[in-house]
Amino acid sequence: MTTSLAIEAHGLVKRYGAKAALDGVDISVPTGTVTAVLGPNGAGKTTAVRILTTLSDATAGHATVAGFDVATQATDVRRRIGLAAQDATIDPLLTGRENLVMIGELHQLSRSEAKARAIDLLEQFTLTDAAEQVTSGYSGGMRRRLDLAATLVARPQVLFLDEPTTGLDPRARNELWAVLDTLVGQGTTILLTTQYLEEADRLADDILVVDHGKVIARGDARSLKRQVGGDNIGVTLVDEADVDRTVDLLRTCTDGDPVVDRPLRTVTAPTSSGVAGLAEVANTLAGAGLRVEDLSLRQPTLDEVFLTLTGAAIDRDDELEEAHS
Amino acid sequence: MSAPTDTIALSPEAIDSGAVAPAAAEELHAPRGVLHDVWVIARRGLIHMKRQPEALSDATIQPIMFVLLFAYVFGGAIDVPGGGNYREFLMGGIMAQTLVFTAFGVAMSIANDRKNQAVDRFRSLPIAKGAVLGGHAVANVIKSLLPIAIMSLTGLLIGWRIRSSVVDAVAGYLLMLAFSFAMIWIGVLLGSLVATPEGVQGIAFVALFPLTFIASTFVPVSSMPGALKVIAQWNPITTLSDALRELFGNPNTPVRPGDPWPIAHPVAYTCIWIVGILVVCAPLAVRIYSKTISK
Repeated sequence: MTTSLAIEAHGLVKRYGAKAALDGVDISVPTGTVTAVLGPNGAGKTTAVRILTTLSDATAGHATVAGFDVATQATDVRRRIGLAAQDATIDPLLTGRENLVMIGELHQLSRSEAKARAIDLLEQFTLTDAAEQVTSGYSGGMRRRLDLAATLVARPQVLFLDEPTTGLDPRARNELWAVLDTLVGQGTTILLTTQYLEEADRLADDILVVDHGKVIARGDARSLKRQVGGDNIGVTLVDEADVDRTVDLLRTCTDGDPVVDRPLRTVTAPTSSGVAGLAEVANTLAGAGLRVEDLSLRQPTLDEVFLTLTGAAIDRDDELEEAHS
Repeated sequence: MSAPTDTIALSPEAIDSGAVAPAAAEELHAPRGVLHDVWVIARRGLIHMKRQPEALSDATIQPIMFVLLFAYVFGGAIDVPGGGNYREFLMGGIMAQTLVFTAFGVAMSIANDRKNQAVDRFRSLPIAKGAVLGGHAVANVIKSLLPIAIMSLTGLLIGWRIRSSVVDAVAGYLLMLAFSFAMIWIGVLLGSLVATPEGVQGIAFVALFPLTFIASTFVPVSSMPGALKVIAQWNPITTLSDALRELFGNPNTPVRPGDPWPIAHPVAYTCIWIVGILVVCAPLAVRIYSKTISK
């Protein structure tokens, strides 16, 4: 029972008919850390979360959360977890306060405890003014906030967040990230799924890249980026005629073949040396007298990660996850 | 508090108070038992009823309209064999029809739960086994009290009276509650098999609704032609209507020689159906329900 792993899963398989949504996945998340499961739609992210949160039975394999078996000790697991599903699952006909009180009571708090907890959380998530409103009238952001508050009612030890920032504007996203930082600072273990490497990088100690139900890479953001060749440097030129010269120059000071988009006058090349690499490119281009409109350093996108790891572009297979969402 | 409504608007400092910190093992809450959980979920069902008056109309406005329609529009053209006041004959039928629609209400709640993913939310919580269905059942039995009361009052207004003994009258109301409880499991079955609220509405309209008409609900079965008459005679909605008429001492279709057993023993036959539904349908419904929610 005393384990330093908050989540431990071996060989998880989930089949829907002939199709394997999960095809032998191992996960281990040390207590008090954040793990991101990164992958496109249909990769099996939601399926993994559903199994770990006892919503779905694995076809094969074994998993424990907070030291309890998800298949045989579901109630013990449920007492210790919070789940924020992909779509906010708050009751549209109940008010914000009624939603939180109900979930508190179903977490086996007494009615008075549940009420006190609801008031606290509504205050912290700046929903006090809307507490007595039926949630069907809430905005998308308010629903997300209430959903997250509901997830925290019972002070979970392990928090599962399925694509928590999908559909949030950048400011809301940053604020959610800050909340998660605080939770981690207080000892909560978090497993989140995301389609954005940037988000995984920002939040997670450890990243699992999944595709077609399999983990195709794992590690911290730095090692992962090293695997995919680090960041990308993008050069946008003032004059299209300079493209070829720029390609030649970038070959000398970056770590891979530059990619050209002539109509946009951009040349992109991978670098493993981050800002130093960017400075070198800037100096080289300036030294050659090229007129540069824009110069940027950015992280590889999920598509680029997949291109590198699988040698193929993302197979946008949305059916599987939508079928049971 | 002045934060824009579309953002998470939560500063880390605001929750640094520790209010969201994970609970230590000793702070975990002991289970409060299945009754507690059932009641919490039933209360939610009752709030839904309060907030969704339009969904209640099939248990309130609609039966009143049927009473008025049949009592004052069609009633004059319908003779009760053996004599007697048609309006008094009508009430047992209307009550039976209303109770059948309990199934529709339950099926809608179940389908809506799935649509809104409330099912997943509940299943990720440490609640007692069966509490969600139990909560729906309790809420819907309470819900069915409302149409029973409304029907009784409407009946009194148009001249219906209970003309039997107190014991028979109580038995009549208990039979209504028992039938409504049985209908809940038909509703669970329907809601589990048909995943969407729209689908439930469709089935109710093509299956449930006609079934309440091929019965002695509004007209005596004896006036129906051949095969239809046989269906109506064995239809439990017929015997529920007749049983209520019998228990309330209202005019009823007289039993003729050659009538099948259900017509001669409406209370017993209805009770057999109630028990049958509870024994066969309820476990099946629970099984199919658990299967559909745990994929």
